Amino acid sequence: MADAVAVDNPPRRRLLPRLTSLPWIPLVFLSLLIVGAVFAPLIAPHRPLDPVAVTAAQCKAAYGQAFDGCYIKDDPPFFIAGSIAKTLLGTDYLGRDIFSRLLYGARISLFVSLVGTTFAGVLGTALGLIAGYMGPIWQQIIMRLTDAWLTLPPLIFAILLSTIRGPGIGNIVIILAVVFWCGYTRLVYAEVLSLRQRDFVLLAEINGVSRFRIMRRHLLPNVLNTVVVYFTLIVGVAIIIESILSFLGVGVPPPEPSWGLMIAQERDGLLEGKWWLVAWPGLAIMILVLSANMLGDWLRVRLDPHFQGP
Amino acid sequence: MIRLVAKRAGIAVVTLWLLVSAVFCLVRFTGDPSTMMEGASDPQYAAALRQRWGLDRPYVVQYGLYLRNLAEGDFGSSFQKGLPVTTLYFQSLPTSLVLGFSAFLISLAVGVPLGIVSALKVNTAWDRVGTAFALTGLSIPNFVVGLVLIILFGVELNWLPVMGAGDGPFDWRHLVLPAFALGWYFSGNMVRVTRSSMLDVLRSDYVRLVRIKGVPEWVVLVKHALVNALIPIVTLAGLNLIIMVNVAVPIEVVFGRPGIGTLLFDGMMNRDFPLVQGVVLMIAIMVLILNLLTDFLYAWLDPRIRVG
Amino acid sequence: MAPALLEVTDLHAEFRNRDGGAPLSAVDGVSFDLHQGETLGVVGESGSGKTTIAHSIIRMLPPGGRIAGGSIRFDGVELTTLPARDMRRLRGAEVAMILQDPMASLDPMFTIFDQVAEPARYHRGLRGRALVGEVADLLRQVRIPSPKQRMRDYPHQMSGGQRQRVVGAAALAGRPKLIIADEPTTSLDVTVQRQYLDLLKTLQRETGVALIFITHDLGIVAKVCDRVAVMYAGRMVEQRPVERLFHDPRHPYTQALLRAMPKLGSAEPLFAIPGQAPNLAALPRGCSFQSRCPQAGAPCLAERPPTVALGLRQEVQCHFAEGAPS
Repeated sequence: MADAVAVDNPPRRRLLPRLTSLPWIPLVFLSLLIVGAVFAPLIAPHRPLDPVAVTAAQCKAAYGQAFDGCYIKDDPPFFIAGSIAKTLLGTDYLGRDIFSRLLYGARISLFVSLVGTTFAGVLGTALGLIAGYMGPIWQQIIMRLTDAWLTLPPLIFAILLSTIRGPGIGNIVIILAVVFWCGYTRLVYAEVLSLRQRDFVLLAEINGVSRFRIMRRHLLPNVLNTVVVYFTLIVGVAIIIESILSFLGVGVPPPEPSWGLMIAQERDGLLEGKWWLVAWPGLAIMILVLSANMLGDWLRVRLDPHFQGP
Repeated sequence: MIRLVAKRAGIAVVTLWLLVSAVFCLVRFTGDPSTMMEGASDPQYAAALRQRWGLDRPYVVQYGLYLRNLAEGDFGSSFQKGLPVTTLYFQSLPTSLVLGFSAFLISLAVGVPLGIVSALKVNTAWDRVGTAFALTGLSIPNFVVGLVLIILFGVELNWLPVMGAGDGPFDWRHLVLPAFALGWYFSGNMVRVTRSSMLDVLRSDYVRLVRIKGVPEWVVLVKHALVNALIPIVTLAGLNLIIMVNVAVPIEVVFGRPGIGTLLFDGMMNRDFPLVQGVVLMIAIMVLILNLLTDFLYAWLDPRIRVG
Repeated sequence: MAPALLEVTDLHAEFRNRDGGAPLSAVDGVSFDLHQGETLGVVGESGSGKTTIAHSIIRMLPPGGRIAGGSIRFDGVELTTLPARDMRRLRGAEVAMILQDPMASLDPMFTIFDQVAEPARYHRGLRGRALVGEVADLLRQVRIPSPKQRMRDYPHQMSGGQRQRVVGAAALAGRPKLIIADEPTTSLDVTVQRQYLDLLKTLQRETGVALIFITHDLGIVAKVCDRVAVMYAGRMVEQRPVERLFHDPRHPYTQALLRAMPKLGSAEPLFAIPGQAPNLAALPRGCSFQSRCPQAGAPCLAERPPTVALGLRQEVQCHFAEGAPS
């Protein structure tokens, strides 16, 4: 029996929701970090790789005498009694300004995590499309490889790869791509399996559209939501992995100001109770990952159909 | 049912073989292990080392020998320490197991109840507390948590020791801080999975119908909701346990508590091929066994697989 | 006439607006009543508020929804203010419900027996052999063959039609006075649909239960209902006995609905109602059907249409409706 009622029109989901419902907290933090990273050379009060220049008087106050190449090691932030160099967040074990290093460090964290997970996404999505659509041989090869890859915990894999590639920013990007592609592949593959049964794909096949074109025009746009959702899930993990690798000394090499590395280099000062040495980079990592995760949660609710509440 | 199990087991074997081969190749990209030994500047000694370790043979032969030994249950011996890999692994296991398991208990005790409460009181203050706890746990690298705990309880308050394992793995004073530092991340993880799978079930039509039937709320929650939400929770918990036992490298470094993570890490840094291959293989076997167990659990719990 | 089993007066239900702003009014001043053994059909498009009425009666509105006003009296008890505990005891025992999708409304992890038995167990205190016997009887009543064996099955072992029968059995298990069926046949095959509707009518005759039948299918209404209520944008625009509504529809929306129904042997092209269902977040002043109504005039833009009585328990909400001929 025909539907005796006019066709149902679900209210269209607004693309740009009202400004009040935007996740302001993570957006503000992320914008600050991005601005700080991009304009680090303009904002940073000191150079990230050189000690803060000190006057002879300051040097004398710290060591009792003035000498050439003097720098203030582990100087506390300006608001703590005993600060000599009066920098915003203190200096590190080589007398370098922590605040400036944090700004430059934001560049590394943002670059490495965004580019690494994007590479992983491109690779993983392509493989997922091929595995799901190019026939059983590709499916078996790619999916068995995916299974094997997913078996190893990401951190182990990342460390193993970093011992091969050696420390370096570019290498970390490669490592993240190689470690994280498999998650994308499995999701995209599962999605393609159901999409290829759908009428619009079958219709395209009947019309003799080439397989490559079907993948690009019909399948890819329909898996993009899933890909973006997964991206938001792992970008935070990628930042954490980078910091762990750098902390363990197999990530970003010194003297680059990676946040994880900064913490690793200050472990001695830490046991003397110089908390600021670890607090600032730790806080920076936390704020970045937290913002990324919060933004991801917000996006996920909007993009993932399984996530939509009533 | 039997066919399903056989198929899964077959896939697991293929997965294992692929992984073993990949790791075999990858470790050989790291470079020449003989250069990591003392006295390696003497080319004759280095050549002798390579010959002793069998590295002078073609890769194909090395690979064949490795696979044959594996099939016989021989994981090989460490280049650096000369001991069988399995011996080294089981030497390190107690420390790691106690730490990993404590962290695992913390993650369960905190994560699951918090996740359930968040799901039941969705979009309320309770939910926000649970979600915030999960988010922060997932956003701080565990070595940072560890260092902060060391500053706070070790250096400033001086309540707990911060280095080493103390008198054996069970010394709780040496266990509390690392276990918490390791467990927080995974608690967050558990909160999320518990919350989302509980929500899925609670929003399902069948739970609505049970409520419409006027069944007492605790029956709705314990009988229908929890049973249906359990499988993803158990699966993730198992995987977390394996990771916490084997991959706690940053925590082990921060607290000077050498375990399996450190063993593996040192092996990688020293190009100790058999050690790396062996430990990675151990971890992979555990994960695969867990996956198989999960499949059985599904099959056993879920009537859709169990019956017809 | 005996007092009505269910008396809904000026019911308002609303949902929190996810984009902020004023709450959305899903049910806007609905009144109707229902007697024992009677069947009321509620028709309307999705989003017209028909399911929200059902959820209001059992007090299980989805998150963000609430009853904003009015009264629901069931068997002499006011439901809108009933404590949650008592409401829980009433659900399944006095009022039962059948949902749209039988594939999703049974818990996959438990047997048919378990799920049919629940109301009898918790409301009537049946246990052990008595419970097994009762479940077998219920399954027999909904025409499940060899119920003793089938009750040990799991939902996935049954077809959609059989599952919906099981849901029906579960609804009967608490011996309710009212069953609300929310599009129970929409996801069934046409032949199975017919059988299910016949079954519901038979069960109603056997048990004397009152039935609220929510649907968008006027054909089903004609087949099973005594009276019909037509919903449009949260308002009940017309309620009449079935024959009256079909022969003499008074509200322009009802008229359009009937014209949109295919008729056998008619050469006329099918009529489609022009325009779109209104957005609940942006309802116009006055009559909500104004933009699609062929008769709309000045009062329709300005004022909410009055409720015009057309006789006993017959009403229409339209500015141009004529009053009762009586």
